[in-house]
Amino acid sequence: MFHKILSKESGGKKQPKAIPVTLSTRIRLARNLRQFPFPGRAEVAQKRAVLSKCIDAMSGIKGLNNSISVEVDDLSELDRQILVEQHLISPELSQVEEGSGIVLTQDRSCCIMINEEDHLRIQVLRPGLDFSSVWKHADEVDSGIESAINYAYDGELGFLTACPTNLGTGMRASVMMHLPGLVMSKNMDKVINAVNQLGIAVRGLFGEGSDANGSIFQISNQQTLGESESAIIDRLNSTLESLVRQENFARDKLLQDDRTRLIDKMSRAIGSLKTCHLIQSAEAMDLLSLVRLATDFGMMPDKFRGLADRMFIEVQPGHVQLSAGEAIEPNQRDELRAELLRNQFLRAPLLDLSSHS
Amino acid sequence: MKCHHCDNQATVHLTQILNGQMHKMDLCETCAQAKGVTNPENLSISNLMDKVEMEVDTANTSMVCESCGTTHQEFKKGGRLGCEACYHVFRPVLDPLLDGMHAGIKHLGKVPAGSESRIHFEQSMGSLKKKLQEAVEKEDFEKAAELRDQLRDLQNESKATV
Repeated sequence: MFHKILSKESGGKKQPKAIPVTLSTRIRLARNLRQFPFPGRAEVAQKRAVLSKCIDAMSGIKGLNNSISVEVDDLSELDRQILVEQHLISPELSQVEEGSGIVLTQDRSCCIMINEEDHLRIQVLRPGLDFSSVWKHADEVDSGIESAINYAYDGELGFLTACPTNLGTGMRASVMMHLPGLVMSKNMDKVINAVNQLGIAVRGLFGEGSDANGSIFQISNQQTLGESESAIIDRLNSTLESLVRQENFARDKLLQDDRTRLIDKMSRAIGSLKTCHLIQSAEAMDLLSLVRLATDFGMMPDKFRGLADRMFIEVQPGHVQLSAGEAIEPNQRDELRAELLRNQFLRAPLLDLSSHS
Repeated sequence: MKCHHCDNQATVHLTQILNGQMHKMDLCETCAQAKGVTNPENLSISNLMDKVEMEVDTANTSMVCESCGTTHQEFKKGGRLGCEACYHVFRPVLDPLLDGMHAGIKHLGKVPAGSESRIHFEQSMGSLKKKLQEAVEKEDFEKAAELRDQLRDLQNESKATV
């Protein structure tokens, strides 16, 4: 059952169309139950009690219709890896031993981690840039759970969390951004520095400490206390708008100053995707990033943007093994990944340069 | 790019702003693990803690949360608190930390209305029951009757709002 949800191609309902620069929007709320130690300090029996209390509280909640719950111990190594690659659970939760769980909606728009660092991590994700609907969904699920459970809350400090960096709203709002222009023009360090000053964090694709393969970055609020949720989202949004402007500016400048080199890179990327026989995930991510860029320039049909986004996930090691139906060696994975990409890009056209000549 | 500590390829790139200054470090996977940099939030806390330590009375190092057993030392090392009571116990060392970490030190976000009113109800019931017990022990039956009525009213009130 769980396996079936994970291997579904897209999240059930019709997905919004992929847009340039912004890949997806996410909100995560950290919550703890009153009168139970936080997971890091809890005995297995206490974690089990929290787990069953939370799962009971979630039944029948609006916003969690059609969801299933599982214990992390019951999942195979591969299922856990796939959940991490789909950004549904954290690498930390995939490593826990006992008493942790996951509640996931069929359309994968909402995934709740139970007994990760906090008792509850309510996460809502959506493609594109859409904080208002993502917040509405997360808020609805949070209020639904709260109607049946007493949260650890302090009038002055807000929602109490295991790590004081999450205190207050317990909210981490983030977007996944595709910033090849800023990376290629070597401006990313400057940008990271500037947004850090604004209390905004920049991380790699898989969160803390991970590499920014495919020029994909996670941009999120660093501060959670002293501002309302809407103020945090507004501040993040205005930073994002300026990032999108800077990225577009960098892209235009690259096309102007170093046109042939850039076109050569994008063109060869399509060639490599059509003809590769062995490819590692990092290289695949970089090629896909160039395809997405070419699509944004209008040099590839629009549908390739969505395809690139889908492939960003499907070229990850766990997903390649899921398609193989078994755990396989890295070498074999590279072969299978190449086959997948060759098939997907079989009919990809050459770059259309008519509007850029 | 080479690791700051050995000659291996650096794969973890850390950028932190502390007191308005940017610090950058490139580490390989092994050194990053060894230094506990797998979670940059941790690192920033322990750095901040070092700074705070100088300002806080050393007597604080013996602080321990009676509810979950977390010690000040453990909090300093891991950056994690063990339970809600820790927030009261470690408040003296926490306040300066929060000040540097967040946009403010007062929660301005969502209020869990249900939790708040249920907690308030439990606390009011608890205190009334205690007073009732005391009145009965003192054989102050007039007071006891009054308190019993208050308890009943409170219960009815809570049923009416549910």
